Parts: sequence; C-alpha cells; structure tokens
Amino acid sequence: MIPQQDGSPDVHSEGFLHSLMARQLKLSIACAATFLLVLLGLPLLNYFCPELMATRVAGFTLTWLLLGVLFFPFVWIISYIFIKRSIALEEAEVSEVNRGDAEARRHNT
Amino acid sequence: MNGLFANPVVAAIDPWILGFSLVTVVVTIWMGFWAAKKSKTASDFFVAGRSVSVGWNASAISGEYLSAASFMGVAGMVMAVGYDALWYPVCYACGYLFLLLFIAGPLRRFGAYTVPDFAEGRFDSPIFRKIAVVFVLFIGFFYTMPQMKGAGTTLAYIFPGLPYWVGVAVVGAIITLNVALGGMKGITLVQAFQYWMKMFAISVPIFVLMAVYGGYGRQIGGNDGRRTPAERVAVNTGSQVTTKISELVQGSDPPNSVSLGIQVPDLTLDVAAGPKTRSYGFEPAIARDFGPVKTVVTPTPTGPTGVVSVAGHSAVLPSIVAGQLLPERPQGFFDKASGIVRYELPAKAPTDSTWLSPFGPLTTKAAKAAGITGEAAKPYSLLYTYSLIIALVCGTAGLPHILVRFYTNPDGVAAKRTTMWVMILIGIFYVFPPVFGVLGRNLMPELYEGVGAKGTDKIVLELPRMLNEKVPGLGSILSGVTCAGAFAAFMSTFSGLLVSMTGALAHDVYGRILKPTATAEERMRMFKIGAVIIGGIAVLLGTQVEKLQINFMVGQAFAIAAASYFPLLFMAVWWRKLTMKGAAVGMLFGGLLAVFSITLTSMTDLGMLPLKEFWAGQPLLRILCEQPAIWAVPLAIGLMVLVSKATQSTIPADIRMKMLVLHAPEKLGLKQEYIQEHHGH
Repeated sequence: MIPQQDGSPDVHSEGFLHSLMARQLKLSIACAATFLLVLLGLPLLNYFCPELMATRVAGFTLTWLLLGVLFFPFVWIISYIFIKRSIALEEAEVSEVNRGDAEARRHNT
Repeated sequence: MNGLFANPVVAAIDPWILGFSLVTVVVTIWMGFWAAKKSKTASDFFVAGRSVSVGWNASAISGEYLSAASFMGVAGMVMAVGYDALWYPVCYACGYLFLLLFIAGPLRRFGAYTVPDFAEGRFDSPIFRKIAVVFVLFIGFFYTMPQMKGAGTTLAYIFPGLPYWVGVAVVGAIITLNVALGGMKGITLVQAFQYWMKMFAISVPIFVLMAVYGGYGRQIGGNDGRRTPAERVAVNTGSQVTTKISELVQGSDPPNSVSLGIQVPDLTLDVAAGPKTRSYGFEPAIARDFGPVKTVVTPTPTGPTGVVSVAGHSAVLPSIVAGQLLPERPQGFFDKASGIVRYELPAKAPTDSTWLSPFGPLTTKAAKAAGITGEAAKPYSLLYTYSLIIALVCGTAGLPHILVRFYTNPDGVAAKRTTMWVMILIGIFYVFPPVFGVLGRNLMPELYEGVGAKGTDKIVLELPRMLNEKVPGLGSILSGVTCAGAFAAFMSTFSGLLVSMTGALAHDVYGRILKPTATAEERMRMFKIGAVIIGGIAVLLGTQVEKLQINFMVGQAFAIAAASYFPLLFMAVWWRKLTMKGAAVGMLFGGLLAVFSITLTSMTDLGMLPLKEFWAGQPLLRILCEQPAIWAVPLAIGLMVLVSKATQSTIPADIRMKMLVLHAPEKLGLKQEYIQEHHGH
C-alpha cells in the first residue's frame, strides 16, 4: 500500500488496488484450496484406497457417507469462514480509508 | 413394465396424482400472472427485490436453481448408476461456493445484471455483448432439453399410455404461451414459494418411505451382493394388491385364517388373470417364519378361481373378488443382515458392487465399450470423474440465470449472507434425491428395464405409490405430491430460461443487431414472437432426447457454461490485462468446441450419428468429448491469456477504475464516482 503524505492509502493509487485485490484473492484462494483439496482428493482416495473407502459405517460405505451426506456441512463451514473473514476484510479496508480521510480533513482545517 | 400400461384397469388415471398436478399447474400459472401484475418492468423487479430479506431471497435463489434435474434427474441417475451420480448433487451445491469465492462479490459491486451486461461494461464493447449473448442461447437450449424430458416423463406417468412427445408438446405449449402472454415474471415471493414447495415435495414422501421401508443407511446396507441364499428369505410384500384374503374367504373363522392351519394377519394378495403360480408375501416377519405364499389363479367363464398356499398348507379360494389387476413384480427378498426387503434386480441393472463403488457404470461406460474392464478401466473413470467435477463446479458460476439474483440484496453483506443460506437450503435439499435412488433400486428395480420416460428418471414420481400397499391411498397422495414438485421444478426452470433466452433474442439480437431503431412496441411484439420460436425449438429438441438421462443433460449444459462464461467471468474479474479480443477468442473457442463435442457424443447415443463403432475404438477421446470441461476450461483460459498478451494496446483506458469498482468495498462509494466520471466524459 502506498500511503499518501498524511499516512492514509490513496484509493486511486496502483498500490491500493494491488493490495486490495491481493488480500481478497488470498482469502478466496485459501478457502478454495481447502475445498478443492477435499473435492479432488476424494476421487484419489477412492482410486488408491478402495477397501478403506468401502468400509461400512452405519450401513453406508465410507465414501458414500462422505460424499452424499457429510460433504454439504463441510462446504457450509468453508463458506461461513469465508463470509466472516471477507466481511471483516471489507470493514478493515473501509475504516483504513476513512481514518485517512478524517486525518486529511483535520490537516486541512 | 409392459403389463402396467397394457392393462386397462391400472391404466386408469390416479385421481390424487392428477389432482395434485393440476392444482400445481394452475397455481403456478396464476402466481406468474399475479407476479407479472405486481412488477411491470425489469427495473421494478430489481428495485423491489433490493428490499427483500436474506431469508426470502435465499429461498428465491434456491427455488430458481432447483430444476427437473435436481428434483427427478439426480434420483434417477443415482438409481441407474449408483455412487458416481453423487457428484452431481454435491457439485451443484458446491458450485455456489466457487461463485461466492471468486465471482459473486465483484460482479455485485460492478452492477451488471447479466453476463452480457458485464461483458459490455467490463470491456466498453457493445460488440462483445453480442458475442456473449450467443451463449445464453446455447446454454439455455441445452438446459431446456432435460426440463422437457422431465415434463414428458411426468405426463407419461400421470396418463399411462400417453406417448412421451405429447407430454413434452403439451407442457412446452402451456409454458410458452404463458411466457408470451407476460406471465412467469420471476419475483422473489413466487420463487421462494417454489423452493419450499419442492423441499416439501421431496422430503415428506421420502421420510414416510424411510419410516416404512427402512432408513437411508439400512437401505444402502442391504446393497451387498455377497449375501448367500441362506441370508435372504424370499418374500413379496404384495405391493399394489387390492383384494384382501379376508374378503375372498368367506365363512372361515376367524375370517383371515384362510383354513390354512396357521393364523396370518389380514393378508392381501394379487389376483392375476392368467393361470400361473406366483409368490405373494406379506410382512417380512411372516415371510421369515412361514416362507412365501403362493397362489394359483385360473380364469374360468364364471370368473377366476384360485388356490392359495402358505407354509405347506393350501386352500381353495371360494371366490375371487374382482380387484385391480396388477403387473407382475420381481421376486422380493428379506435381507436378514440389514433388515430390509428388496426385490430381485433385472439383468440390465448394475450389480451391487459396481453400483455402490466409485468408478461404476457412468464413468466406465466408454472404456467398457472399448472392451477395457476391471482395473484397466479405472484411469479412464478417474479422468471422467475429474472432468465432470470441473464442469459442475465451474459451470454453476457461468449459468446465465443465476447471477441476476445477487443484486436483489440491499448490500454486499446481505448478498454474502444470502449465498450462505442458499448453500444451506440447496445442500439440505440435495441430500434427499439420492435417497430416492437408493430406495428405488431396492424396491422398484423393474424400472431398470424401462427405456426413456419409463425408466429410472421417474422413480421420484412412482416410488411413493408403493405405500398404497400399507395404507391404501397414502401412496397415491404422496405420489401426487412428488408429481406436483416435479411440475414446479420443470415449469419454473423452463419459464425462467425461456424468459432470459427470449429477452436475449428480442433485446440483443433484434433490438441491437437486426433493428436498432425498433420501438418499444416492436420489441414487445418481437418478445412474443421470440417466445413462440424459442419455445417451439425447445419442444422439438425435447422430443428427441427421451433416451438421455435428465441429470446427464443438465450436466452437459453446465460443461458448456464452464467452458464459456466461467473463464470470461473469472479472468475479467481477476486479471486486469484481459482484453476484449482475448476474452472473446477464449470464450468462443472453449464454448463452441464444448458444444460441438457434446453434441457429437449425445447424437451418437441417440442414434442420430453412426459413430458408435468409432467411439468404441476411442475410449479416451469419447470421455474427453462427452465431458469436455477438463480440456475446454484450461483451453479457454489459455487462449484468453495468449490473445490478450498480443493485444495489450486495447486494454480499456479506465481499467484501474473498473478494477477498483469490482474489488473495493461498496461503502467507499467508488461505483458512484465511476458512474459520474462516465457521464462526465
């Protein structure tokens, strides 16, 4: 972030945009990576550990239970975390800019 | 199955099922017109929507999303191919996560209502808008075909003997007319209602079915092909039987002892017309203790006579009350280990182990056609699975009718909370259809022998009817409920698609390309003509696809969206150096190649192209063409990067501002600033 003279970020600067996108992308990628690890990992487990995945759990095979039932709550948890963090991130961005604006006003008066 | 339809008595229409379905159709159409009256213009719709609470809006998005594929297709496919089909409901729900993580927020901030709107605004290019609009039509047609199959299947179920195409034509005509007359404008209340109706219609019948026949886990537990004969007891629960032995045997005391020397509860049995020996049973407990009950029924000029025998005792039935004549059901077995009853699978059904295990019939089909089986087929299967996952997860983000809804929230925070609730609502919904598939396999395996509209795609409609054997009438009512849910599903999705496709045709193709000077009235007339043209094409296409599974076809529409709109949205949001030419080339090549390869394989499967031998020799190519996402998505993105690098001089001048609007929190008010600047120029 490139600070202006008064220390607040310049909303229209290249640096502000860059850090804004980088922070958002980082959060999105972290959440997507967790999700993809499980989503894309499950076929690999099915491929390499078929016996384990065929273990019966309460009638279900383990892999059926994971995919057909437990996968949904797992996605809810990821999206809950993402939403919480991304709202916090926006709040932080807004307050950072506003603090700068307030300071700038104080300097001007 | 032939028996069911050839039989004039059963061919009678079930009044409950017909009643529920009719009410749904009437209410849906009435609500459409009521809604259209409430919101006259598109801007009314959006502005009104912005005051909607998170709960209502989440229900509305979910209601719009759940189509015939979710309601009927998933269950049918799980029944047909087993585990591999589970990827569909899971990824339909998870696609929303991808949308939430990468696309929903920025697009909301940008204020583009549709993908073409976004394409135009992001690149300042009306030409690109026209290119982007093409895929509204492509994805739309691929998406309407399964809805039409849902309609044909449901009508053929309600009116036994009705040809499939008649159902498609009737439902297609009703909805097209309705859209052309201005009904079916999606407003929040109607769509929210649709969600809860579909949720009710899928969950209540399955809970009753599970309570009667055994829960989800127990039913899957019964799918163990390794059972020895000693572990299974032949029974037949006498489903669909209407004549009770107590009514047949008069004078015996107590009336239902049937002079057999054993006391049995009030038995019901099937009275068949032909002289044959068939097994009928009762509760699993009786079958376990006494073995199957046999009847030999012989038709005579004065009416059928019969002998009933159980546990080595037999008795002549003094008279047979005319009951419903019923189709032959497969032999039933009581599975001691799981405690459920299941019926003999026909030869066409996959075995328990292939059905229950990953890499089953769906994903190994191509390899099997090439003579590759066992372990050697598994790599092909893995490839198929991954390509399917990519198509479904990326495709959700690229569906033309989904994004619009993100603007009907008061602010970004509410939009995010709404998405969270959407994932919960559709996630809960998607647990149920596979349960229908599992119970259907155990309880109604004769559907494996049916083709097209009479195959497994109708399991959601027909399975609840089995309950008639336990509580006469209950099965019909619950089957009526699922039929009503199916109507809600394909009617809402088909009309939603028809509205957006016709809008694209009337607004973009006619209003901007063919006749830019058209007046509002001319456009309105074009909208009506367009609705009839597109509705007509959709019906024609729908009549051709009876043999393809509903869910499979929706998956194909997702693959096309994943290869066209998803790369466009993803790259345009996150890569500032993307140029219009880059985006256009990537989207067109990825999308059109996906359309082409999918069409080739589907037309072969429908027997329209003589390529069966060719595909059998090329299993790898067949998988890559049937599920193109694994190469088409990277191809589209790669082309976007390459062409953009070569055309860097054409990046929009105010790209930094555009990216700011896409990414800066709405509270900073940059969107306002952006609009003012644009007006200033």
